[in-house]
Amino acid sequence: MAQILPLQIPVPTPKKPWKPAPIAMIPDLLILVGAFLVADATVALTGFKGKLAIFFLFALYSTLGSMALAFFRRGATAMSNAMATSMAYLSIALVALPLFSVLLTVVSRGRHALRLNTFTQDMAATQPDAPFSQGGALHAILGTTVLVILATVISVPIGVLTGLYLTEVKGRAETLIRFLVQAMSGVPSIVAGLFIYAVWITGGHGGFSGFSGAVALSILMLPTVARTAEEVLKLIPNDLREAGVALGGTQWRTVVMVVLPAARSGLITATVLGVARVAGETAPLLLTIFGTTAKHFNPFVGPMSALPLYIFQLLETGLNVAISRAWTGALVLLILVSVLFTLARFVGGRVKS
Amino acid sequence: MANGSLLDEQAPPLPREITTQPRFSDRVFRLVITAGGFTSLLVLGLIAAFLAYRGLEVFRTFGYHFITNYKWDGGNPDAGVKPSLGIGAMLIGTIVISLVALAIALPVSVGASLFLTYYVPNFLRKPLTILVDLMAAIPSVVYGLWGFFVLMPHAVYWAKLLHKYLGWIPVFDVPLPIFERSPFIAGLVLAVMIIPIITAISREVFTQVPLDRVQAAYALGATRWSMIRAVVLPFGSSGIAGGAMLGLGRAMGETVAVYLVLNLAYKANFHILFSSGGSIASMIVNKFGEASPFELKGLMAAGLVLFAITLLVNYLANLIVRRTARTGR
Amino acid sequence: MIRLFNENRYERDAVSTPPNEGEIVSSLASVANRLPRISNEVQASGADLEARGVHAWFGSRHVLADVNLSFPAGRVTALIGPSGCGKSTFLRTLNRMHEFVPSAAMAGEVLLDGVDIYKQGTDVTKIRLKIGMVFQKPNPFPSMTIGENVLSGLKLAQIKRSNKEDLMEECLTRAGLWNEVKDRLNSHGGSLSGGQQQRLCIARALAVAPEVLLMDEPCSSLDPGSTLRIEETIRQLSQSVIVVIVTHNMQQAARVSDYTGFFLTEGGPGRLIEYAPTREIFSRPKDERTEAYVTGRFG
Repeated sequence: MAQILPLQIPVPTPKKPWKPAPIAMIPDLLILVGAFLVADATVALTGFKGKLAIFFLFALYSTLGSMALAFFRRGATAMSNAMATSMAYLSIALVALPLFSVLLTVVSRGRHALRLNTFTQDMAATQPDAPFSQGGALHAILGTTVLVILATVISVPIGVLTGLYLTEVKGRAETLIRFLVQAMSGVPSIVAGLFIYAVWITGGHGGFSGFSGAVALSILMLPTVARTAEEVLKLIPNDLREAGVALGGTQWRTVVMVVLPAARSGLITATVLGVARVAGETAPLLLTIFGTTAKHFNPFVGPMSALPLYIFQLLETGLNVAISRAWTGALVLLILVSVLFTLARFVGGRVKS
Repeated sequence: MANGSLLDEQAPPLPREITTQPRFSDRVFRLVITAGGFTSLLVLGLIAAFLAYRGLEVFRTFGYHFITNYKWDGGNPDAGVKPSLGIGAMLIGTIVISLVALAIALPVSVGASLFLTYYVPNFLRKPLTILVDLMAAIPSVVYGLWGFFVLMPHAVYWAKLLHKYLGWIPVFDVPLPIFERSPFIAGLVLAVMIIPIITAISREVFTQVPLDRVQAAYALGATRWSMIRAVVLPFGSSGIAGGAMLGLGRAMGETVAVYLVLNLAYKANFHILFSSGGSIASMIVNKFGEASPFELKGLMAAGLVLFAITLLVNYLANLIVRRTARTGR
Repeated sequence: MIRLFNENRYERDAVSTPPNEGEIVSSLASVANRLPRISNEVQASGADLEARGVHAWFGSRHVLADVNLSFPAGRVTALIGPSGCGKSTFLRTLNRMHEFVPSAAMAGEVLLDGVDIYKQGTDVTKIRLKIGMVFQKPNPFPSMTIGENVLSGLKLAQIKRSNKEDLMEECLTRAGLWNEVKDRLNSHGGSLSGGQQQRLCIARALAVAPEVLLMDEPCSSLDPGSTLRIEETIRQLSQSVIVVIVTHNMQQAARVSDYTGFFLTEGGPGRLIEYAPTREIFSRPKDERTEAYVTGRFG
């Protein structure tokens, strides 16, 4: 009556029967190919033109086709599901399209004016429309470096202190400060520039300078650093703090010797993210460092340049050669930002593991 | 507790207060950290105070006309022409281009975040998420450059199509057939810039949808889409709204990209395909170079208005997102 | 093995079970004996669910091996066993919820009315309409009212139906909830108590007229009173649908089920150790491991 199973039986191979078999995918594939061909034909025969027209017509036709197929196979419910699926794929394509377009254009147009002298010369003695073998972006690269270092030196300590306030001190102003940090991350960059301009430059503190630009950038960088630092510090297990205090350490010794070292790589990520946020800012620099064509190291006196500003000012000349130089500047800037971004990912990834 | 009546007579014991006398070093430490924490308060306050202080004269001169007046005329002291400053057109323009950007970015972002949560093949999830994050890191001047040289020719073509077939809708009408540097194109560039923000926040919210509800819907015979409609979208709606507001705030404050692709004109224009628009942030860059001292004060006042609007929008966004976090749905 | 099983079914039902002579005198057995055997008389739904050689994997981990079970119409089957023995996984293979885990894989067949639900080209949403499921934790949709929750299955599967009010009342009545909620059908599902929420979930599952109702520890998060109400509901339901219930609670299995399957893992994948009428499992189990489990010596 009751059934007792033998213990040794042959084990079949695991299968995933819910995955459609390749042969069942053939109609779907045919729809895609068909939609592409019909889209091509539409562009060839009607007033629509361009690759983008093919793209959108393909999206339209393949959506209609897959909806029809789903309706034929499984009815109305499946049809609306097929439409939603197509829309989801279309959305991600619409996100990826501009991204790849930006990356590809910057690389393809930026490499024309890319020479060794891009990194070794400035534009002090070169007209914007001079041949590419003359002049370069050295002054802008140096300027961006100086600005970023200064902004980091200013905003990272304050940002980390803010993060510590929110996680370690938890004073009465915790909610208020968390809210203000959030609010600050929404401050338009031009307003930060305008603020420094109002306080510093028209306030008679010596006109345009790299330092004023760095302060403006710090305002933008601070909330990013503070928020990321808070996140990272929150991840430090409370046991560590309690262990530190239980060993008789004071709070500050616990924080400095236990909490901060444990959060080190996370704090580096916070810094790198902040740097990536401000390295490409243009608007506040227009109002604070003004821009120059010569190498200029002293951030406290006189105008400086920076890569975004270099791009912007070459663009404003309207000259073809200058615009090529601007694309090269964009390429250098993009590489810089991508390196920072990857670095943040890399260090941040190690935190989790 | 047995003789409860007796206990009622006695006063309940007061909780004993635990006091700690922090050491001197700890007090200094907490002071330093607190000072650091209050910096953001200080900075925000100073920004508002200084912009208000510098712009005060302008506000006093024009009153609310500073907001409603469309003209920005620096005047000419030599010829006796009085300045007449107003940011009405720029304010309307800022709102128009931000709304265009939001209208384009919101559906795409929600679709993309749904894709990244419920449709994407496993091996593609992480790379695609990183790409969307990378998109947020591209500098705005690069987007401006791309928008002007690459996007604009395409966008003009679409604008003409839109005008041809939907021109009977007032916003798609144009007074003159000039389609370059329109609010539509500025909105497109801004849309590309805010898509990663809205996508990241929506995706974050979608990953928090309780699995048991998702399974309940599937167990009732739901397709993926009907599950999303019944469970995911109701759960995520306020998170999406918060993300959209953050994107809107970012779009309103964006300067350089808009400056490069928008034809600034000091009149209100609701024909989004027509080459005339406004943006407070771009106006500041535009006027800043040759501004008279009085105009400069006007620009400070304009900056204050922009600051106030973006703070308001971000405040609302945070409110919505926080409420979502609290109610959990 | 399955052949044998099906042939034996009638034989097994025909054999009258002698009164408990007391080989294992346990309260469980007496509970099981006192229950009326409704299932043999009523054959309301002609459906038949059968698992043939079902295996399940998560990644490379083999969690369930070679389960052969048949769930005839009008009968409540309980699946018991210690935690991690694969009984919930087995339940989830029965309506294709197993495949939501990305690394999941399976082998074997699950036949509903003789048709493999894993056959290529099967519309899985239709399968889940016919094989409903109630989960461990009550999970009404919080954005919907009580009434909308009951009808949510219709909305999700886009089934058109007139007399929605009647259906709502019928399902809530069958789930034993109608009298408690009839005056507040428009309030939100979250306003109910845990037990009421679970009965709402049962009503929701019934609204799409399933042939089979799978229940994954439906009472594990409820108080004893609510548990009793739900057990009554299950007894009522067994007249019209096939009920398969996974439970940790042996009293519950004894109270509600006609047949019981005992699952166990001994290091490797979980297996079905013994399957028999409930009273036999609890009074005269064939396998000593079953005996050890039902008498509480482990698990």
